[in-house]
Amino acid sequence: MTTPAAEPLLRVQGLKVHFPIKKGVFFDRTVGHVRAVDGVDLAIERGSTYGLVGESGCGKSTLGRAILRLVEPTAGEVLFDGTDVASLEREPLRQMRQRMQMVFQDPLGSLDPRQNVESLLAEPLRAHGLGGGTKGIADKIRGLLDAVGLPSAALRRYPHEFSGGQRQRIGIARAIALEPDLLIADEPVSALDVSVQAQVLNLLEELQERLQLTYLVIAHDLAVVRHISDVVGVMYLGSLVEQAPADALYEQPLHPYTRALMSAVPVPDPVVEETRERILLAGDLPSPANPPSGCRFHTRCPWRQETRCDDEVPVLRELAPGRLVSCHWAEEIRDGVLHPKSAEEVAAVMGVSVRATGAEAQETDALVQGVDQPVERT
Amino acid sequence: MSSVPGGPAGAPVLEVDDLAVTFARRGEQATRAVDGVSFAVGASETVGLVGESGCGKSVTSLAIMGLLPRRGVTVSGSVRLEGQELIGASDSRLRTLRGAHMAMVFQDPLSSLNPTVQIGTQVTEVLLEHRDMSKSEAATEAADLLDRVGIPDPSRRLKEYPHQLSGGMRQRALIAMALACSPRLLIADEPTTALDVTIQAQILELLRELVVDTGTALVMITHDLGVVAGLCDRVHVMYSGKIIETADRHELFARPRQPYTGGLLASVPRLDAGRGTPLTPIRGSARDAIPWAEGCAFAPRCDNAQDDCLTEVSGSVVPLEYDGPGRELRCRHPLEHPPAPSGATAAGAAR
Repeated sequence: MTTPAAEPLLRVQGLKVHFPIKKGVFFDRTVGHVRAVDGVDLAIERGSTYGLVGESGCGKSTLGRAILRLVEPTAGEVLFDGTDVASLEREPLRQMRQRMQMVFQDPLGSLDPRQNVESLLAEPLRAHGLGGGTKGIADKIRGLLDAVGLPSAALRRYPHEFSGGQRQRIGIARAIALEPDLLIADEPVSALDVSVQAQVLNLLEELQERLQLTYLVIAHDLAVVRHISDVVGVMYLGSLVEQAPADALYEQPLHPYTRALMSAVPVPDPVVEETRERILLAGDLPSPANPPSGCRFHTRCPWRQETRCDDEVPVLRELAPGRLVSCHWAEEIRDGVLHPKSAEEVAAVMGVSVRATGAEAQETDALVQGVDQPVERT
Repeated sequence: MSSVPGGPAGAPVLEVDDLAVTFARRGEQATRAVDGVSFAVGASETVGLVGESGCGKSVTSLAIMGLLPRRGVTVSGSVRLEGQELIGASDSRLRTLRGAHMAMVFQDPLSSLNPTVQIGTQVTEVLLEHRDMSKSEAATEAADLLDRVGIPDPSRRLKEYPHQLSGGMRQRALIAMALACSPRLLIADEPTTALDVTIQAQILELLRELVVDTGTALVMITHDLGVVAGLCDRVHVMYSGKIIETADRHELFARPRQPYTGGLLASVPRLDAGRGTPLTPIRGSARDAIPWAEGCAFAPRCDNAQDDCLTEVSGSVVPLEYDGPGRELRCRHPLEHPPAPSGATAAGAAR
């Protein structure tokens, strides 16, 4: 490659993914958009791990899929090694996908139940004409199984014969079969038992070292992300609210949402549990079809101020080297000038009917007619 | 068994003694999902049942509530709610107790609510059934309940259907239903597993307040050690249908004795540990368990395992034994801890 080492492997600029909300029986009228990803910029250095965290519905999975063009981006650029993936068509895109692979969340759902392991692992190699014939492919597959710690007896077995952790290993073997540069792992361990999670996390780290992989790890579990990532990005309602090196972020989170998120994660240590600061958030995630004005977090933010927060959209700005945060009051919050309000106060001030949405569909009428707007409590 | 309630009240609210559940299918070997589980919960005490999927923790809770199907299921042992025996009690007896004296919060709030019935109808059903209220009284009470569990604008929510509520609110509605008759016993089966962390924190805070305010005995079933660390007074760790370690939560997290408990703690990435702190996973998966009759079920995955962990060598099944004050342990080669070099018994005597 001729690209200088300083150029990141993946650069995402202003990426937007909007899903239309359709209505009507005969004519498809588009009555609004769910802004799943709304203007995200990020860059991932070669050989590093970028962790993306956020609650369900914040758009982190959609972002991962949009980078691979598994969903079509509405706007923005995805520069992979200097090439804009978002504008590639057919064959060049297919070629490009060889270099970027994905590990999915549900290890059983993402493996064809009617293919045995050998055929599952041979498929990507055949599709891209790699591996050098039947003999070469057989050797390659044996090497892959070895790399993910499965016995070669697994070749003739079917996905249902394996445990969850082993299935995820198969998924990982399939993803690294093409020797990709970038591996996107969408919730790689959330479906696994605790004792098995650690095995898979260790495997991912070991493979990264051996194959010089670059990872984008998407997860809702902050402890997992902290463990595996070099840089962590926190998403809220379709945009990044904070990005920082993992250790710095966990030592001193700057965005109010990150602080609340971190204080909500239970730590398996009663002594820590009893002493640490707890920030409870009011209410649920607002609808991404009708996000709050100004700062999207202001409806739940314990540090909300009367000025700026409601009407001025904060930009992601660099507070310290490598530390990006999108909050108007980040400095004041860091220095302890501003103090948080309790969840009850926030709820009382904002009126509490900030309607929740999850991944599940809502009545489109409610989406359009703006029931999501905060309603004053009487 | 010598489980003594840790709560201030004298008699425990719930006593489970040697509970065993066996699932039988024609032409197949019977599966013993729960195998001699004993524990007690006192008023305003929170007891945690921890374990991985398939260890029998949910079946234990269903057996306590009498919610297991009759067919193909054998339940033995004894479950006493405030002294009344529940195993073998008639259906009508159980119906009067469930909802009124004992209640349960399930894992998946969407599938445990009826999607075609308004929230209000579902919440008032409990009140009409057990508290002899008129419909209008029940409606007012239901709005009160929803308000108490932190659902905003309760009177509007009562007329809505489950799909119109978010996951956190559905779980709150379920908790409101469970609390409608101020039960003495509340069983929460993975109440926060389907929820996001910020919502999980809200629900845990709610449960914590409830235990303090109403003196309800809470049985918390979870796989998340973090949840246990913050909420439970006493913890029972289950593996393959049996309790393998019991301890006060501070003791358990500071000095795990069963290698399985130690392994679980070492394999969870922690938020307060740095990047690259190595994780020590447990070998294999829960599928590798052997039947307890053949030896310690955890032996095939255990680093401390020795020959006498197998029944064949030692001549007896590994028993659950006294292991210092308030602790019980089922292990022949437990983990040792430097601060207490001569074992937990000496540490206990020093206190």
